[in-house]
Amino acid sequence: MTKHAFHRSRAEMLSERPPPIASRGVIGWLRANLFSNYLSAALTVGSIAVIALIVPGLIEWAFIDATLTGEIGKDCPSEGACWAWLDQRITQFFYGFYPPDAYWRVNVCIALLVPALAYMLFDKLPYSRYGRWFSLAYPVIAAILLVGGLGLEVVRTDQFGGFMLNLIAGLVGIVLSLPIGILLALGRRSRMPIVRMFSIGFIEFIRGVPLITLLFVAIILLPLFLPPQVTLDQLIRVMIIITVFASAYMAEVIRGGLQAIPQGQYEAGQAMGLGYWQSMRLIILPQALKISIPGIVNTFIGLFKDTTLVIIIGLFDILGQARLLQTNPDWLGKVDYETFLLAALFFFVICFSMSRYSLNLEKRLDTTRR
Amino acid sequence: MTERAPPGGGGFDISRAWTDERARGVIFQILIVLGVAGLAAFIVMNTITNLREAGLSSGYGFLFDTANFDINQRLLDYASTSTYGQAFVVGALNTVLVAVMGIIAATVIGFVTGVLRLSNNFLISRIVGVWVEFTRNVPVLLQIIFWWLIMLALPRVKDSISIGDAAFLNNRGIFLPSPIFEDGSAIVLAMILVGVIGAVLVGRWARKRQEATGRTFPVGWVGLGLIVGIPVVIYFALGQPLDFDIPEKKRFNLKGGFNITPELIALWLALSTYTGAFISEIVRGGILSVSKGQTEAAGALGLRRGLTMRKIILPQALRVIIPPMTSQYLNLTKNSSLAVAIGYQDIVSIGDTILNQSGQALEVISLYMAFYLVLSLLTSAFMNWYNKRIALVER
Repeated sequence: MTKHAFHRSRAEMLSERPPPIASRGVIGWLRANLFSNYLSAALTVGSIAVIALIVPGLIEWAFIDATLTGEIGKDCPSEGACWAWLDQRITQFFYGFYPPDAYWRVNVCIALLVPALAYMLFDKLPYSRYGRWFSLAYPVIAAILLVGGLGLEVVRTDQFGGFMLNLIAGLVGIVLSLPIGILLALGRRSRMPIVRMFSIGFIEFIRGVPLITLLFVAIILLPLFLPPQVTLDQLIRVMIIITVFASAYMAEVIRGGLQAIPQGQYEAGQAMGLGYWQSMRLIILPQALKISIPGIVNTFIGLFKDTTLVIIIGLFDILGQARLLQTNPDWLGKVDYETFLLAALFFFVICFSMSRYSLNLEKRLDTTRR
Repeated sequence: MTERAPPGGGGFDISRAWTDERARGVIFQILIVLGVAGLAAFIVMNTITNLREAGLSSGYGFLFDTANFDINQRLLDYASTSTYGQAFVVGALNTVLVAVMGIIAATVIGFVTGVLRLSNNFLISRIVGVWVEFTRNVPVLLQIIFWWLIMLALPRVKDSISIGDAAFLNNRGIFLPSPIFEDGSAIVLAMILVGVIGAVLVGRWARKRQEATGRTFPVGWVGLGLIVGIPVVIYFALGQPLDFDIPEKKRFNLKGGFNITPELIALWLALSTYTGAFISEIVRGGILSVSKGQTEAAGALGLRRGLTMRKIILPQALRVIIPPMTSQYLNLTKNSSLAVAIGYQDIVSIGDTILNQSGQALEVISLYMAFYLVLSLLTSAFMNWYNKRIALVER
């Protein structure tokens, strides 16, 4: 028996041979990734057909056949995109009806936003002691710059518009909805029955109705609820509603995070002699917020996209400016897709980078699962 | 967590109330109740004063007044002589219609694209990925108006795109033949119902038998025969009791048939692709959450890829998928209120018209808020029930 087995094996090692031609190099990659079976091959052919159908036509429409100059829509021939409006209208797309000689104030605001955000988000920056104070003061500085006062010419808030309006409403909502959301989430898990009841009622009511109905409440019903002599600026009302709306969603995201913290952490806080707020601030929330980051950023993204709803109550954000141009007799029927494409790109760039940033942050903060 | 006992063995000392957690809690809650009650009283007083000064009456009596406006997309009989109340019901049904259509389409789109994105076909996973990211990150309102503009850019009535001169597509929407039920059609419909019940029973029996004996039964074919086959036979046996009202091309419009407005189509397309992109991500996450060992185990048992997905991966993934899916369905339903931007007559849009005509702002807004709250509660209740049904039963 053993002798027989010896006959079957070799005495010396064979040298390594390359894999068969069909499983390496370009052909191997193609076979593995595009033509691994009949279904995959069919999908590949279908995809190529779709790309061939859409992409060249789109490029031709957007760039090759496009018209770049002209005064009115008639200057654009019917085939190809009409970009002639960009020249006259791009500033309105961004600044709305803000007075052109005050555009610099918006620009300064946006430029200052970068350090204000940076000092809030990152720890190790030069001059961070003053930087923190600057971050805290930024909302006031921005408000004065945008609205006016202190020697600056006053700009009415109904002159705000374009993408600037989306950015302002979005940022205010983002900055305010997080703390309110945290309070609501803590309220929902509070041991005080009345606090818990009010929190649940508030969160579930806000989450149960569409944002647009809440905006109608702010615009139509709020004047009814307040004494006649009190008037509240429309933009402020809208920002309050957007903030309240996002807070309810934020509260649910953070509640999820709070629930994921083991009971032992709460007990450890008590054992150290920490009070409720101390143990929340030092032990529970840092962990809960970290777990909730993806949800929090998703809520931010949703809030930012929801700022477009203001056109339904008559404010002219970037979507409103696009609609204004589309229905303008000079440009009627010429710029439908072009204006929307631009607006969509604005949103896509910001929302997509936010979601990528959150993925990045999630990986960086992930200290547990290594 | 346990309550800290009040100091002094349960005796209550008013001067030390602030150091006692429970007493502090009671005081804080009383303050909250007082604050909320004060705010509510303030709002109610102001509202009463404001309404009186504006000379408006309050109450829901206006629902019985004549509406005097038309609704072109409707599921119920409605004319401009109908009441506001009826208009509300028509609007509510329109919201339910687009929500149900959207939920079905979004689920299909989401599952198909979610699975395709995980396909090992390089090209298709990239294409789906780009589509998902773009659709998710652009506001849904923009997409709704975009699809609406596309619908309006379709050919005019006289150049309609037609399928066999029975169905038409133009800038006034889709025109389909509408069925006319004649005598005997009720029997056919009843047979379809009987077929569905029969198929469910056969399915149950087949599963029991397979669990007991391991023998399979062609449930799909038998079910198809029961649901489609027998009713078709009866339909012809009864002399085709179903007729169709085919839309007829007139000079400026199409007459007869069943019309789906461009607004409904646009809203439906936008909502189902937008929500579909979100569901796609949820499905992808759910499938990825099933450990690779499960796929390998299925492979070791000799199951084919399709069967592995259907019998091994998806049932386990569904447990992760269902809870976030519920909130997507709710979002879709709530987003359908954006119909007001393109003039699809859903409950908010009709409510708006009623509000402008009657001036009963408080009543109208309270009505549609109540409608959405009830709808949200019903959807969550159903999804919670379904979630319990498929949840892992721990032994």
